Amino acid sequence: MVRANRRSRLQRYRRTLLRFWGTALAAELEYGANALVELLAVLGNLAGSLFVLSLLYGNGRSLGGWSWDAALVVLGLYTLLDGFTSCLLQPNLSKIVGHVQNGTLDFVLLKPIDSQFWLSARQVSPWGLPGVLAGLVLIAIGLANATPPIGWRDPIALLQPLGLGFTLLLCAAAILYSLWFLMAGLSIWFVKVWNATEVLRTTLVAGRYPVSAYPPALRLLFTFVLPVAFLTTVPAEALLGRASTGWVAGSLLAAVLSLIFSRVFWRRALRHYTSASS
Amino acid sequence: MRRSRDRARRSWRIARALLSSQYATMLEYRAEIALWALAGVLPLIMLGVWQGSGAGVAAGLSPQALGRYFLAAFVVRQFTVVWLIHVFEEDALQGKLSPQLLQPLHPLWRYLASHLAEQATRLPFVLVMLALVALWQPGILPMPGPGRLLLAVLAIAAAFALRFILHIILTMACFWTERAAALDRLLLIPYLFLSGLVAPLSTFPPSVRALAEATPFPSMLAFPAALLAGEPVNVAAGFAGIGAWCALLLPIALLLWRAGIRRYAALGA
Repeated sequence: MVRANRRSRLQRYRRTLLRFWGTALAAELEYGANALVELLAVLGNLAGSLFVLSLLYGNGRSLGGWSWDAALVVLGLYTLLDGFTSCLLQPNLSKIVGHVQNGTLDFVLLKPIDSQFWLSARQVSPWGLPGVLAGLVLIAIGLANATPPIGWRDPIALLQPLGLGFTLLLCAAAILYSLWFLMAGLSIWFVKVWNATEVLRTTLVAGRYPVSAYPPALRLLFTFVLPVAFLTTVPAEALLGRASTGWVAGSLLAAVLSLIFSRVFWRRALRHYTSASS
Repeated sequence: MRRSRDRARRSWRIARALLSSQYATMLEYRAEIALWALAGVLPLIMLGVWQGSGAGVAAGLSPQALGRYFLAAFVVRQFTVVWLIHVFEEDALQGKLSPQLLQPLHPLWRYLASHLAEQATRLPFVLVMLALVALWQPGILPMPGPGRLLLAVLAIAAAFALRFILHIILTMACFWTERAAALDRLLLIPYLFLSGLVAPLSTFPPSVRALAEATPFPSMLAFPAALLAGEPVNVAAGFAGIGAWCALLLPIALLLWRAGIRRYAALGA
């Protein structure tokens, strides 16, 4: 009985999600010119990032012990996650503040569906896809040229780093989501902080480079305070086949803890929420 | 004679009223402005990367010079941020522009005043962040003499004016499309990579450097930052560059404003 209940609930959420995304896509596609803008933005950003990376790598230098191709994998992961942000995080979570300011959060809370789910998944934007695609291409190029070479001839041996890398990428997405949700949710307390998520986005730019490229103090900051290391460096190491158990375990732990924390945080936030009039 | 004096007095009164009211508004949003100041840490992140790589030394920049440059770039960036298109888009879409058009004052002055007020609100946060960096690496704080400091402040103000004019041109797209703010993302890209914000221009290969210097972007950041960092720099040529770009872009901006307003009126909704 309980199991049947849970399954029907899961199905309801799946059906709702499909509806959400169908309508959101239909609305977004009204603005076709945006596709061109986004494509140009992704290509321009990519060209610029590669240019700066080439400045740093000129004359056979290396960056924090990372080869050029390994650094490309990091940059690719950053581009991929940035695309994911544009697809899902930004369209949804940047709106929470508006809901709090205008009092429309009340309507969300009245809906017969989990409010965190609604706030996190109501919208989807196709304009992040160029970023996702460009990121995948960069990762593939980096991996194909990396030394020691990845054994293309032996697909079984390839499976392990790819599988681990994919798992860690999911962890990175979970951590990124929790960070965004936390920043956006803070608006329940500080109504006037509507751009907290943009701050997050600009500081995460640090993830374009492997974390070992930074001075020790920043390295600590980017691991424990603002976990940029888990977003790009750790998955990149796994993809390159040199993951260390400690970092993998840390990444998994950070992902689980941050998801749980976002849930607990939202419960507390709702208890604190007193609607717009008060 | 008397008339022109009356006029000057009136302008002064308007400017004071605008600035003080905008400053009061901005103070209400100080928590948010603190976050915006924090969002400008990109030059400091890049400083971390450049210090860890040998590329700065290879281009003839000592670690200290690198530090001074990026810290100066951080300050210049803080006081040349323009967010005109985002507020203007909202005002145009929601019709808040209409009452402003009825007033005997060009609406752009109001936006300019709110930018200046935001910078005044930002100042203490920037000072705190500078103090923190100075605690971390005392050697890299730029220490220009009073003459240099004055020149640097003037250069920052001129760079801000140039950026504001460029953004007016971009913002006028709001009259033609509903989602003009997306264009800001596009303008940000050449600014980011060609202005010297993420890499000093002296580390560029000569051809790319020549290309960058043919655009207005280095005048917006690299020139004031070099002044503030105390690097040897051609002051007259720098100011002349900013002036020339302003003289070129301002008429275009005003022309587009006129065309846009006519269109806005034609929409009538």
